[in-house]
Amino acid sequence: MTSSIVTRLDRRDGPPASLERLRAAGLVRRASDRVDQAVERSLPVAPALRPLLPGGCLRRGSTVTINGPASIPASGATSLLFAVLAEASAAGSWCAVVGLSRLGLVAAAEAGVAIERLALVPHPGPDWVDAVGALLDGLDIVAVGVPGGVAPRLATRITARARQRGAVLVVVGAWPGADVTLQITAATWHGLGAGVGRLRRREVEVVASGRGAATRLRRARLWLPGPSGAPMPAETNHISIDDYRDRAQRAAAQQRRAS
Amino acid sequence: MAVRTLTLWCPDWPVTAAGLIDGVDPYAPVAVLYANRVLACSAAARAEGVRRGLRKREAQARCPHLVVVEHDPDRDARAFEPVVAAVEALTPGVEVIRPGVCAVAAKGPAGYYGGEEQAAERLVEHIALHCGVVAQVGIADGVFAALLAARRGRIVPPGATAEFLAGMDISTLDRPELVELLRRLGIRTLGDFAALPAGDVLARFGVDGAYAHRLAAGKDDRPLAVRSPPPDLVVTGEYDPPLERVDMAAFAARALADRLHERLAAYGLAATRLGIEARTAAGEELHRVWRHDGLLDAATIADRVRWQLDGWLTGSATRLRAHGGVFSDPDAPTRSDGLVVARPTAGIDRLRLIPDGLVRCSGMQPGLWGELGEADARAHRALHRVQGLLGPESVYTAVLGGGRGYAERVRLVPWGDERRAEGNDRPWPGRIPAPAPATVLTEPIPVMVCTADGAFLHVDERLTLSGPPATVRLPHGPGAEGSSGAPLTVTGWAGPWPVDERWWAPGEANQSVRLQLGVADGSALLVAGRDGTWWLEAVYD
Repeated sequence: MTSSIVTRLDRRDGPPASLERLRAAGLVRRASDRVDQAVERSLPVAPALRPLLPGGCLRRGSTVTINGPASIPASGATSLLFAVLAEASAAGSWCAVVGLSRLGLVAAAEAGVAIERLALVPHPGPDWVDAVGALLDGLDIVAVGVPGGVAPRLATRITARARQRGAVLVVVGAWPGADVTLQITAATWHGLGAGVGRLRRREVEVVASGRGAATRLRRARLWLPGPSGAPMPAETNHISIDDYRDRAQRAAAQQRRAS
Repeated sequence: MAVRTLTLWCPDWPVTAAGLIDGVDPYAPVAVLYANRVLACSAAARAEGVRRGLRKREAQARCPHLVVVEHDPDRDARAFEPVVAAVEALTPGVEVIRPGVCAVAAKGPAGYYGGEEQAAERLVEHIALHCGVVAQVGIADGVFAALLAARRGRIVPPGATAEFLAGMDISTLDRPELVELLRRLGIRTLGDFAALPAGDVLARFGVDGAYAHRLAAGKDDRPLAVRSPPPDLVVTGEYDPPLERVDMAAFAARALADRLHERLAAYGLAATRLGIEARTAAGEELHRVWRHDGLLDAATIADRVRWQLDGWLTGSATRLRAHGGVFSDPDAPTRSDGLVVARPTAGIDRLRLIPDGLVRCSGMQPGLWGELGEADARAHRALHRVQGLLGPESVYTAVLGGGRGYAERVRLVPWGDERRAEGNDRPWPGRIPAPAPATVLTEPIPVMVCTADGAFLHVDERLTLSGPPATVRLPHGPGAEGSSGAPLTVTGWAGPWPVDERWWAPGEANQSVRLQLGVADGSALLVAGRDGTWWLEAVYD
């Protein structure tokens, strides 16, 4: 019986029709597809950030910068950094943050960053370029805060190192020649009234621009942080029971003031 | 058959221990008290009439210049350790019965030193010479009889133990309830007790009574519970000529680390802490304990030796510490700020690696598919290199612990140290609910929070605000979040959350209230009112 099946398969040219159907449905892939799959060359990001990044992921070897508007000093750049790190960190990647000494790590944990795989170099000093280079060799994501800006030649060197090592360089601040720039254009906190409620979530608008696949401007509105601390797309209209309670409290307070 | 046992007894051990460790004069009248009763006293105190079991006041009435010391079992045990080591030096297989008393099988030393008497003499002399402790030795069949013999300094001939015990008082059994009962039954000596039929004793007094009966009859056949000496795991390297440069020392440390590893692996152990001790030819010593999360391998040990010596050789100022032996050069130059510049004057001639915090280790187990470990090992190596570049205190990982403020919930530990979280299981009432601020200032900066009429915002004892907060003004300078000193309009606020922490510790008390402030440009701040000032603690960035 076995031999009859073998001969039947041998006589056919190409794979059987049923296999074609399965492949069309995306249920079966060639083994050779795996090697140069984007999956191997990328790190996952939170679903809310996927529309902003080319391919919906953090490509290994790329450089991502995060900027807030100059008019608002605290517009959510740090929260956006945590959001970028969160998914990859939770999936087992090691991350490092260089040169940012005032991180609120409780917020990082709430955003989903695995704190035990987050290395901090708060005060790298003048040797920060060497430190970043060494970190890019071994870690998946290296975030750098450069308050004073960086010379283009140095930036090129570090970007090339990241590309060669397959690590993702995330920069808070300006960086010449970045692949993707995430710019926060608007940020509003929700949940805080005049003496009632408390900070619940923030709605931010992020515009992504860049080079290559990221040339097209992409725009997304997200909750950063969302009701649970993790970033969420703002399109999904999450109104929690807390929001209703806040609204009721606010209305009651207004009534009191009116009367 | 009872084992021929040699027992070494140090009279009044609690007193001797207090003399050895706390420096009490053992020749003065000294009494060690436990629960207000005299537990032991020195010979001088006994001569004045102080006895065991007396109350403190009675003892002091009999001897007004009595030195009273509290009983400390740890001190007794600690002081006895050198004595046991001295006995072990002459004869192996020592059982410590209690601090002050130890026993060995008599057969070995008696054969080696040419007789029981010679062995006993030799032991007493050795202990007096090496530990400065007076001891008495007794030899008999069985531990119980040998201890009684030691109290009298006698060597009971083989087979004569029952005879020796027969005349002893029944209270030597050290079982108060049984002894009292036997006394009331008219049994006053061990011989009387031993004469009773064994079956009847078992039926009337139970198993423990039967055991006491065997002891009284000199049939103590319990074998000695010999202690095994702890393995010596310290690795020492001597260098001649002395090591002059840090890299030479690190290279030597690598070889030492390999040896330490082999030795630990032979015992199936792993160290979680490591003490590195370096001594220079001029006699200076530098000792530091390194904690480590996970296992220390040869490369990490070599790195730590390098860091430790680097700091020492480059003359970083070390605060002179009274304990720990960090520094031992009396002629070191003192800087104006009271720090002593510790710098060695000669090359290193001895390195010692002292493993500490030993745990059982059966080896590292990598993941079945290799998914665990490879990326981690790569990251560890990279972080290690950064530590090598910038110094050991440059790379941190954070541990989230308990607390109410955001700054106190985060503890940064240098990379490689063990991470231990504390207080996460406590409720922490007064903690500000999530979401947490993304920027937490390491040093809070003072801000002005004012009400609509420009007055300073006050919070009274009942936690009511003096008015709705209207403006917040951040100071000039780099500390503020890009503000230029202009007042920002407050659009919303929440709180106050009161905190009254550690009021029992005067230096650490913290009484404050926290407010969340929403500002007109869309950002939000967390301010804390403390000591009449508002402090910017965190920014919801």
